[in-house]
Amino acid sequence: MADLTTEFLGIKSPNPFWLASAPPTDKAYNVERAFKAGWGGVVWKTLGEEGPPIVNVNGPRYGVIHGPDRRVLGLNNIELITDRPLDVNLREIKQVKRDWKDRALIISLMVPCEEGPWKKILGEIEDTEADGIELNFGCPHGMSERGMGASVGQVPEYIEMVTRWCKQYTRMPVIVKLTPNITDVRYPARAAKAGGADAVSLINTVSSITSVNLDTFSPEPSIDGKGSHGGFCGPAVKPIALNLVAEIARDAETRGLPISGIGGITTWRDAAEFIALGCGNVQVCTAAMTYGFKIVEEMIEGLSDWMDQKGYTSVSDFTGKAVPNVTDWQYLNLSYVTKAKIDQDACIKCGRCHIACEDTSHQAITSMVDGERKFEVIDEECVGCNLCVDVCPVDNCISMERISGVDPRTGVEINPEYANWTQHPNNPASKVAAE
Amino acid sequence: MAATDHERDVQANRLESSQYDRNFSDIHPALNRHEALVEADRCYFCYDAPCMNACPTGIDIPMFIRQISADNANGSAKTILSENILGGMCARVCPTETLCEEVCVRETSEGKPVKIGLLQRYATDHLMNNAEHPFSRAKETGKKIAVVGAGPGGLSCAHRLAMHGHDVTIFEAREKSGGLNEYGIAAYKSVDGFAQSELDFILQIGGITIENGKALGRDFTIAQLAKDHDAVFLGMGLAGVNALGLDGEDADGVVDAVDYIADLRQADDLSKLPVGRRIVVIGGGMTAIDAATQTKLLGAEEVTIAYRRGAENMNASEYEQEVAQTNGVTIRHWLQPRALQRDADGAISGIELEYTKQTNGKLTGTGETTTIAADQVFKAIGQTFDGAPLDDTIVLEKGRIKVDADRRTSMKGVWAGGDCIVGGEDLTVAAVEDGKLAAESIHATLNA
Repeated sequence: MADLTTEFLGIKSPNPFWLASAPPTDKAYNVERAFKAGWGGVVWKTLGEEGPPIVNVNGPRYGVIHGPDRRVLGLNNIELITDRPLDVNLREIKQVKRDWKDRALIISLMVPCEEGPWKKILGEIEDTEADGIELNFGCPHGMSERGMGASVGQVPEYIEMVTRWCKQYTRMPVIVKLTPNITDVRYPARAAKAGGADAVSLINTVSSITSVNLDTFSPEPSIDGKGSHGGFCGPAVKPIALNLVAEIARDAETRGLPISGIGGITTWRDAAEFIALGCGNVQVCTAAMTYGFKIVEEMIEGLSDWMDQKGYTSVSDFTGKAVPNVTDWQYLNLSYVTKAKIDQDACIKCGRCHIACEDTSHQAITSMVDGERKFEVIDEECVGCNLCVDVCPVDNCISMERISGVDPRTGVEINPEYANWTQHPNNPASKVAAE
Repeated sequence: MAATDHERDVQANRLESSQYDRNFSDIHPALNRHEALVEADRCYFCYDAPCMNACPTGIDIPMFIRQISADNANGSAKTILSENILGGMCARVCPTETLCEEVCVRETSEGKPVKIGLLQRYATDHLMNNAEHPFSRAKETGKKIAVVGAGPGGLSCAHRLAMHGHDVTIFEAREKSGGLNEYGIAAYKSVDGFAQSELDFILQIGGITIENGKALGRDFTIAQLAKDHDAVFLGMGLAGVNALGLDGEDADGVVDAVDYIADLRQADDLSKLPVGRRIVVIGGGMTAIDAATQTKLLGAEEVTIAYRRGAENMNASEYEQEVAQTNGVTIRHWLQPRALQRDADGAISGIELEYTKQTNGKLTGTGETTTIAADQVFKAIGQTFDGAPLDDTIVLEKGRIKVDADRRTSMKGVWAGGDCIVGGEDLTVAAVEDGKLAAESIHATLNA
């Protein structure tokens, strides 16, 4: 069985599956249950500065997007940082870390964007012997209205400044948690690096309104008829998270900066994808909040089985393996010509490929052949867009096959060599010398 | 046991009273909202969907299922009812396994079609329980149309005509309207008086008057009807029943299955309905299945369907055969009735059947016989059209009314549909389509 032990910023954990800073890591009771269930580490729910406890709404904190069988596709929350007294959290963190030495325990922090409060809290948490800190620059709701969370994460200068304070006042590794609610994630990531961050973690939640109640016209979740944007997470945000992780992993300025991947991770496969895009480990929240802590067993077994099949003995064997394959559009191979091919034995004749292509794409799939209901690709029209594959309800019924020779659509001989847009004659900035 | 060795045993009250409710409860309980949403999600919204093409009334099935998915059950029902105003009953009685669900791509791919019938019921029940009648009448035209028979064909025709602004009078021979929806059909397919609820729903359109107890040929003639109305639709169904052609067919214990089912449907208390201990049903269609299954459910000990050909030749679908078998009915094939056996009082005690075989497409008896003890023998070998009330005014073909594609008969101003026409499929849904087509043709003719 593959060894899932990971070392992230020198912090060891028996597997790369950490619970993200969120309700599941709010107190010792939950965290101990998580460790018993097998989680490799936790990021304790965000602590704020000492003082009157945080006040949460007393109505719904969560909204949801469901699939037809009420499968949770995405959650939205308006919960704030921990509402428990600081000293209680610190005492519990210390005890849990003492009892679970082999697990990673990171403390998430969020205090006002001033040097004093950061210096103070860093001094207060030192004694817990936690393994590191994560700076919550991500929460898009509530705290951001008070100048914290995402309102810091949206200003690279603030990120750099606070990160620098943290590096100055603690010897613990510093992870900067980034918000996706920005235009280009590379700037906050570069700022974190410039401030001395040991790692970034992403994504935090996406600003969102899950739905609007059409009887009351209140956004959901509704608090007495009003709603406020919350933070969206869960399977629905995974594609967004993968891209933002990849942007940082392949940026020349942040390449090599350790990343803790977060965003809709539900199964071992999701985790493996984040790791392949350069994450040293992953953090999970929504899946645990939907199914409970036991899901980590599937993640551990699944990742391990896949690694065994692939011959990987440690997680680092495939960390970042997909990064070199993420490139700019302009470098994609324009000589790579594919055509859809429909396996007539597998086809159940639903006709979705036909109507999708006919109505919205390239009119490249038949609906009738010789008076029979039959769906066949017309190579002369097919641009290889893959829409038919995506809408086909049958696994492996339609495949995209590479062709060579003359493309029946263009009538032009396909270039056997790799060639991209930068070399294309239609590109005014083409680097190929005009003949 | 030989046929003569037992006392005839036909009695009511064979079961504990609570058992009747259980035996005759809804065969396919309705889907709740969540079940409907999950099932609706299985629909692929096929292009030029095979299910839609298989529906005799051409309901846009992918669309109504999509409307269920979008939590618009009333809109879904409107999609259904706009093509088939009896969509509620059809959802219950259509042999979907040989129509829409047979050609569902999920049937071809995984053997588990989308449960179209149950989804249709979900939508139509939802509308009928929660909303107003979804259609309104066009400006009144002052045209008067007579409809003969308040069965599925007549009601469908009347509703469509009323929608177009015409005034309709339905003449129904029986005490209650609904035709076979009320008097035929197995009780467990239409519980809680659904046929009458649906009738009330249809009449909400307005402009339809029903005169019960008025029979063509007895209370009025076709000539009178044609004279007094702008158009006539005939949807009187099949009044006759095929005979076994055996001696003693009028003996005590020989039962017309159609009548028995009607009695059962009309019974206030099923425990009072006498039923034999041993029953043989002759036939292979839905009437045979319904009679056999329901007598078994009334407490008959042994129920045997004897059919003269093989299982694949039966008009009842494989699924319906399974319903009977699951309820404990024995189906025996390649047996034809040869003689009725009677006891000292002349009542039925059994039936002698001859084995059959098919050679060169022709069915012949082999000469070998078997006898089954029976307290009752049910005749379910098909119904016949009684043309006498038509006074030879209308051309028949193969014993039924001849119509063109618009359901127009040979007599000017007279249309027909349902089981009484040539090619009538003995299906509720086909009758509904006939009524709809005839109504559109009548409307076009009156407007021309």
